Amino acid sequence: MHAVVAAGDLPPDLPAIPTRMFTDGSLDEYLQHPLARDVVRYAGEPVAVVVADSRYAAEDAAELIEVDYEPLPVVLEPDLALKPEAPRVHERTAGNRAGGFTIEWGDVEHELERAALVVERRLHCGRHAAVPLETRGLVAEVDDLSGVLTVYGAAKIPHVNRGILARLLSWPEEQVRLVEMHVGGGFGARGEFYPEDYLIPYCAIQLGRPVAWSEDREEHLRACNHSREQVHDVVLALDADGRFLALCDRFFNNTGAYIRTHGLVVPAMTAALLPGPYRWPAFRCEVNQVVTNKTPAGTYRAPGRFEANFVRERMIDLAARELGLDPIDLRQRNFVEAADMPFPTGTHTDGHPVVYDSGDYRRLLELTLGRFDLAARRRWCEQAEGPRKRGVGTAVFVEKSGIGRWDYARVEITSTGMVRVSSGAASVGQGVDTVLAQICADGLGVDYDRISVVHGDTAVVPDGMGAFGSRATTLGGSAVLLSAQALRARLLDLASEHLEISPDDLLIKGDRIVARGAEGTAVALADLYRLARPARALERDVRPFLSEEAFFVSEDMTFPYGVHFAAVEVDVETGQVSVAAYTVGYDVGRAINPTLVEGQIVGGTAQGVGGALLEELVYDDEGQLAAGSFVDYLLPTAAEAPAVDVLVTEDEPTFRNPLGAKGAGEGGAAAVGAALANAVANALRAEPTQLPLTPERVVRLAREGEA
Amino acid sequence: MKPPPFEYDAPRTAEETTALLAEHGDEAKILAGGQSLVPLLNFRLARPERLIDINNVAELEYLRLEDESLRIGALVRHSGLERSEQVARAVPLLHEAVRLVGHVQIRNRGTVGGSAAHADPAAELPVAFTALDAVFLVRSSRGERTLGASEFFVTHLTTALEPDELLVEISLPVPPAHTGSAFVEFARRHGDFALGGAAALVTLNEEGTCAAASIALLAAAPTPLRAAAAEAMLRGRAVDDRSAREAAALAVADIEPTGDIHGSAGYRRDLIEALVRRALLTAASRAKECT
Repeated sequence: MHAVVAAGDLPPDLPAIPTRMFTDGSLDEYLQHPLARDVVRYAGEPVAVVVADSRYAAEDAAELIEVDYEPLPVVLEPDLALKPEAPRVHERTAGNRAGGFTIEWGDVEHELERAALVVERRLHCGRHAAVPLETRGLVAEVDDLSGVLTVYGAAKIPHVNRGILARLLSWPEEQVRLVEMHVGGGFGARGEFYPEDYLIPYCAIQLGRPVAWSEDREEHLRACNHSREQVHDVVLALDADGRFLALCDRFFNNTGAYIRTHGLVVPAMTAALLPGPYRWPAFRCEVNQVVTNKTPAGTYRAPGRFEANFVRERMIDLAARELGLDPIDLRQRNFVEAADMPFPTGTHTDGHPVVYDSGDYRRLLELTLGRFDLAARRRWCEQAEGPRKRGVGTAVFVEKSGIGRWDYARVEITSTGMVRVSSGAASVGQGVDTVLAQICADGLGVDYDRISVVHGDTAVVPDGMGAFGSRATTLGGSAVLLSAQALRARLLDLASEHLEISPDDLLIKGDRIVARGAEGTAVALADLYRLARPARALERDVRPFLSEEAFFVSEDMTFPYGVHFAAVEVDVETGQVSVAAYTVGYDVGRAINPTLVEGQIVGGTAQGVGGALLEELVYDDEGQLAAGSFVDYLLPTAAEAPAVDVLVTEDEPTFRNPLGAKGAGEGGAAAVGAALANAVANALRAEPTQLPLTPERVVRLAREGEA
Repeated sequence: MKPPPFEYDAPRTAEETTALLAEHGDEAKILAGGQSLVPLLNFRLARPERLIDINNVAELEYLRLEDESLRIGALVRHSGLERSEQVARAVPLLHEAVRLVGHVQIRNRGTVGGSAAHADPAAELPVAFTALDAVFLVRSSRGERTLGASEFFVTHLTTALEPDELLVEISLPVPPAHTGSAFVEFARRHGDFALGGAAALVTLNEEGTCAAASIALLAAAPTPLRAAAAEAMLRGRAVDDRSAREAAALAVADIEPTGDIHGSAGYRRDLIEALVRRALLTAASRAKECT
C-alpha cells in the first residue's frame, strides 16, 4: 500500500469543486469537497483514498479503515426536504432550497378563472442516470523534467476541467495537461469534474509516480451524477375549444447532497423548454433546486427535458381525455405556427431569452403520424385480447442544441499535403470526428479521406468547449467551416501567386490545386506547404505555414424539434409493457451525416425506454441506495430496446450558424417517458403520473382503469 | 468489487473433493460455474477461506436417460441441459425451464448442481426439480444419501447439505404419457431473476380429465413450493379456465412472497396466481396435443 488520504491530509485551503455554468452565488454553500469533512451527506460520498499496487490490495486495505459514523436523520424526497421540520442537509445553510427562480407571464389566475377545464396533477419523474457501460477512469502522472501534470481519461470538456483542476491545485494552467480518451459512453455524466478528478492527480503529485484509477460498477452507481428526479405540481387550463390558456408548474428538482458542476442547468432546462411547441397566454414555472441525502445529480442526455416533456405531454393527454378530444387534435389546436418564427417563448436560460429559431411543428407531426401509420395502429389496438391490452401514445417537443456560446477550430495542411483539423469539441462516441471531417471537406474542397481530426488534448488544442448539450456539430462544426473556408481562400491565393492564374480559375482537387479546364497546370498541396515553410515564406514576406484558425460564437441556441409515437402492449396481470412499435420524427435543420443522426436517435430512444420502464435509483428509508448493482439497476438490453423507426427531416434549417444544422444528440431520449406513459394510459384507460412504469405500478393502473 | 484473499484447491475427482470437504468443509465453498458465488465474493458478501474448484471433476458431468429416469451429473452446464435433445423430448419442462436461466453466457458456465446447491427460490431449476419430484444424491467421505426436493431445499440459499457433503447427481422420473407441462415466469428484463413463476405438469386420463397434476411455485417462499392442495383439487376435473383459476387461487392462498424494490409481496402473490393459471392451461393444452 502506498498511501491513504483523508480530508485532513488535503490542503486546508482546498476550495470546493466549483460550478461551471448556470450558477449564482447562492449555490456556493452547497458545493462538494473532494473528500467529506466531518459530515457525510450521501451513501457513496468519498471519505478516503487508498493507493496500492492492485485493486485487490486496495480493497483489502480500505476494509481496515475505521470510520466512526454517527447516524443523522436523512431527507430523501425533494418536496419533503423543503418542509420547515426537514433536517438540513448542509447544517450551516438557511435550508435545503439551494437555488431557484420563477418564470412568469400573462395573468395565470385570470386564465384559471375563465377556463372551461382545469387539470391539476402531481407528476413524478424517477431518479435514474446515464450509466455509460464503460465506467470512469484516470491515469495521472507528473513529468519529472517539465513538472507538467498529465491526466489521461478526460472527456467531454477537457479544457474547462483543466481550468478547474489548476484552480484546485493552485497550479498555473500551463502546468496541467488533460488528455481525452475514447470513451465507452458519456451521455452528460462522464467528463464532468468529480472528486476523483482532483484526488487521483493529487495522489500522483504526492507520491511522485503515476496513479491509475478505474471505477467499478458499484462505485459508479453511487458516485457518478444521477439525474431526472423531479416532482411537479402542474395545472393546465383550457377553454371549451381546447385552446391552452395557462400552464402553471411548481417543481422540485432533487439534486442530491451537493451542487455539482452543472449548477442549476437541469431544472433551468426544464423550465426553459416546458412550453414546448405550444402557445401559452399565461405561464408560470417555479423552479426549486433542492438538496437531499442522495448522490448528487447532474445532466443526462436531454437533461430537464425528458422530465418537462413527460409533464407537459402527459397533462395534454389528460386534458384531451376530459374534453373528449383526440390528443393529436388538441395538440394541433395549440401549435406555434411556422409563420411565427423566430418565436420568443417567454422563458430563458441562464438569463438569456429562449427564442425558437425555426420550426414547422404541424408538418412534422403530420409526417411522423403518417410514417407511424396511426390509423392502422389504432385498429391494431382494437384487436387486443385477454389480459394483453394495447395502446398508442404520442409526444411533441422542442429540443435545444448548441449551448456554451463558442468554439475553436484550426485547419492546416501538413507536410504530406494532408489536412489536419484541430477542434475544441470532444468525442463522446457520437462520431464527431467524422462530422468535422465532412464539414472541413466541404469548406476546403478537399477529399474527406485526406482529413484527420484531433481534439481533446489540451497540449495540442489551445482551447475549446467540448461536447455537451448537442453542441459539437453546431458550434464546433461551424468553427471548422469558418477556418476551412479561410484556409481555402489562402491556399487559392498562394496557388494563384505560384501559378500566375486568378484564384477564381483555380480549384482544389485531390492533393493538388488545379486550373479549371487545364488540370495539367497544378500545384500539389505538399508543394504549397514547402513554399509556406518559414525560410521560403519569410523571404517573400508571407506568413509561414498553411494554417487558419477560427472561433465561432453564437449567443443563441438552436431548436430542433421532434415527435414520438409509441404503440405498446400491456399485460395487465404481470404489468409488463412491451413496445410494439416506435417512431421518432426529428427535424435537425440539416443532417451533416444522416446515419449518425439516426444512430443518435435510436440510442437515445433506447435510453429513454430505460428511464420510462426500467431504470430507477431506489433508496431505502435510511438513504442507502437499494439499486446499487446491475442486478437491481435495470438498463434496457437488446431484448427490451424497441426497433426504432427514425424519420430525419431537414425542413427548417437554422439561421444561427452557417451550417443550418441543429444538434441531434438528445431528441431520441427527450420524449420517450412522455410517449410511453401516454401509450400505457391509452391501453389501460388509466392515468399514469409516475415514471418509471414498473410492473407493479402498471398493474395498479390497470386496476384503476377497470374500476 | 474484488474478493478478499482465499485458499484455492482444484481436485480432479469426486473422491478428492469429498476428502477436501471432510478436512475444510466448514470454511470452504465449492466453486462450480461461479455464476452466483463469484459475484458474492466480489461484493465481499461471501468470505470463504477456501474455494474448492470442481471444474476439473469430469466424472460429475453426465446426462443419462435410462429406465424412465433422467440422471444429471452435478457439473452439467445449463447449456448442456438446454442442448440435449433427449431432455427436450423426455422432460420438456426441464428444457423450457433451463432456457429461462439468465443469458447464454451464464448458461455456458453455470452448472445444474450449482443452481440446486445455491437454493435460490427465484431460480428456475430448483422449481423444475421440485415439480418433477427430483431426487438429490449427495456424497461425503462418510458415504452417500438421497433427499427429495422438499428435504433438500431448507430455506433461502440453504440446503440440507452438510459442510462435508457434495451434491453429485440429480435424478428424476420421466413424466408419464399424456402429460403436458409448462414453465412460465415473469422477469422485468429478458434473463433477469423472475419476480414470480410457476411450473406445472398435467397428466390427462382417457376421458381428458386430470389424472395427476404437479405445480411448483417460483419466488413464492424461501424455497421452491409445491401447491399440493391445488394439485389435489384438480384431480378428476377438466383443466379449463375455471378450474385453473380455482387451482391458482388455492396455490397462492397461503404463500408469503418476499417483496423488494421490484415488486411488493402483494404484487408477487397476484402475479404468481396469474402465472399458475397460465401454466396449468398451457400444460393441459400441451397434454391434449400429445394424446
